[in-house]
Amino acid sequence: MHYSFFSLLQNALTGHRGWTPTWRDAEPKGAYDVIIIGAGGHGLATAYYLAKEHGIRNVAVLEKGWLGSGNIGRNTTIIRSNYLLPGNIVFYEWSMKLWERLEQDFNYNAMVSQRGVLNLYHSDGQRDVYARRGNAMRLHGVDADLLDRDQVRAMLPFLNFDDARFPIHGGLLQKRGGTARHDAVAWGYARGASDRGVDIVQNCEVTGFVIENGRITGVETTRGKILAKKVGLSVAGNSSRVAALAGMRLPIESHVIQAFVSEGVKPLIPNVITFGAGHFYISQSDKGGLVFGGDLDGYKSYAQRGNLPTVRDVCEGGVALMPMIGRVRILRNWGGIMDMSADGSPIIDKTPVEGLYLNAGWNYGGFKAVPAAGWCFAHLNARDEPHSAAAAFRLDRFARGAVLDEKGQGPQPNLH
Amino acid sequence: MRIPCPFCGPRDVSEFVTLGEATGPRPDPAAPDAAEKFFAYAYLRSNPAGPSEEHWYHALGCRSWLKVVRDTRTHEIESAALAREGAR
Repeated sequence: MHYSFFSLLQNALTGHRGWTPTWRDAEPKGAYDVIIIGAGGHGLATAYYLAKEHGIRNVAVLEKGWLGSGNIGRNTTIIRSNYLLPGNIVFYEWSMKLWERLEQDFNYNAMVSQRGVLNLYHSDGQRDVYARRGNAMRLHGVDADLLDRDQVRAMLPFLNFDDARFPIHGGLLQKRGGTARHDAVAWGYARGASDRGVDIVQNCEVTGFVIENGRITGVETTRGKILAKKVGLSVAGNSSRVAALAGMRLPIESHVIQAFVSEGVKPLIPNVITFGAGHFYISQSDKGGLVFGGDLDGYKSYAQRGNLPTVRDVCEGGVALMPMIGRVRILRNWGGIMDMSADGSPIIDKTPVEGLYLNAGWNYGGFKAVPAAGWCFAHLNARDEPHSAAAAFRLDRFARGAVLDEKGQGPQPNLH
Repeated sequence: MRIPCPFCGPRDVSEFVTLGEATGPRPDPAAPDAAEKFFAYAYLRSNPAGPSEEHWYHALGCRSWLKVVRDTRTHEIESAALAREGAR
């Protein structure tokens, strides 16, 4: 059913009895043209664009848990395209453009809010680094504004400008960046895909691949064998585990990152702010909770929870940046499992197994990438060639030495 | 998470730095297949969900390199030994 003011009015007048389920919880069929593994943001977006842009509707999305049970529901909801390297900027800017028209496109309120993302700098050297990044963005047609201290003070007077160790000198602002309602992104894509005939199958874990003569012909699951001409892998933190079922080793480690939400408070933080001297980023949800996070815990983990030293580190960063939040109480914290790649950039590519495609290595940037990752992965699945915006995200780039190392950290996934 | 350092006893994880998986020794740079071996050595990971052998460095303690067996699903630590006592 199409959502509109008219449908709202009609249902309001008939006691809201006319609403139908947002998407269909399907039983698996025996065979599909394409199977996407993982009903998270990326998998659902891929299925949606396969159906909508490429007319491939005989598609199943298999999910081991429930829809949106992974990182699409465990992030800090930030969207931005403030990258440095050409291979990354083009992709993330395409994602930002898709975010900007997403709600009209899939007819669902994803609460996309372009409230601005501000990265603070605290030294002259850091200012130069940010100026360079801002210039790289502008050269690619992305908006970027380098603000000085007074401009930041006019925007955010509550920051700790005169901290003895890390005084705030200014910031790099991307006005088009912001936040989106993460769960609604999953639901919107699920609905759009389901309406076009895609089967979303929950509680269906893939336990093996059926490979004949180097070509994929289906998957083994906890609900039986399902045949498919093509299979796409969009399983984020579980990428190494699932790829191992097809005999592959990936340049990926799984790490836990923690995020936090406070009790609801009155409107306080107008945009997304990141602390340049530690690793701390914060925004405020429409419900009033402060949503924030920091660094990885640093060790490999599949546990979806972290440890207290990182909690303390994140909170110290927050209080150093804005002392006023010192007495705000934390309501919840959680961990998500990140597929940290060896160069900090993602992979959208074919694999050595014909018909098996890989979408992985999103580090902690998977949420903002959801629309473009779905778009480009669908393109790869449908046409067997990479989309121009994701042309740099090749699996063989590590062996070729053509890494996309945004931070210059080297092959140490926990440092990206 | 506490790591039972064989020298210092059980110590908080914040005293340690991890290098990740305890892979084999560095490949021979003079070998004919050195490029392929170094690619696998530097970039590829087994990344298992379960018990995993890792190298940890007790930076704020005895400054020993440890080989730790840790379950990545539960963070439970099965054992920790000095890395130099194992095969190089």
